[in-house]
Amino acid sequence: MATTKILIPTPLRPYTDKQEAVEAHGATIGELLADLTKRHSGLKAHLYNEQGKLRSFVNVYLNDEDIRYLQKEQTPVSPGDTVSIIPSVAGGRN
Amino acid sequence: MRRCDLSAGVANAIRRHGEETFPHECCGALVGTGDEVTAAVPLPNTTEEGPRRRFLVRPSDYRTAEQQAAALGGDLLGFYHSHPDHPARPSQFDLDHAWPTFAYVIVSVMSGAARDMTVWFLKEDRSSFDEGTLNGDNENSDSDTAPAVHR
Repeated sequence: MATTKILIPTPLRPYTDKQEAVEAHGATIGELLADLTKRHSGLKAHLYNEQGKLRSFVNVYLNDEDIRYLQKEQTPVSPGDTVSIIPSVAGGRN
Repeated sequence: MRRCDLSAGVANAIRRHGEETFPHECCGALVGTGDEVTAAVPLPNTTEEGPRRRFLVRPSDYRTAEQQAAALGGDLLGFYHSHPDHPARPSQFDLDHAWPTFAYVIVSVMSGAARDMTVWFLKEDRSSFDEGTLNGDNENSDSDTAPAVHR
């Protein structure tokens, strides 16, 4: 099975041995992220919430498209695609 | 305790930004190397939940921040934001949205004048923040007694 390149943002690089890009297997974004968190287990708690859903401030892009506007985690991945994990940064007072 | 060292001018830049956007929250990126923040890069607050109590750095601006960090020869070390008329302590909302390893600098802006500034780091288990040691903010110690200095 072909591998897909996944670009890792700065705060998550400690969990990928400081690599800016890693490879993972999968036919869909969901499969790819599952393989990614299997290979780099420290990522899981920061990508997924307690219900196993992607956290709202975790944005996943297939090439330049937000997967929320594609087929979300069912979005198919083709050879040569690049997947990027891009943070939103949010906060504020209570 | 983890530390965060602000180079000359950085603390003032963050304070100024917080005062300029008051009563709305300001936000921006912290760029530098290791523990040393050499630049504060202002970013637009794009929240749609009310900028008096929320900030949002959208993905496109996050990308810009990483690119600017690289252009400045540094790394993206974290983010800063202001708490208008509120203490410089992280909220549950801050915790729920925090990223690991990043330094989160918070400046309290009371009635338009920047006051206390603190730095926080998310615990590995995401249960809470650890407060860090903020160095290079020379105005912090006298901010309660001489607020006019910050205007």
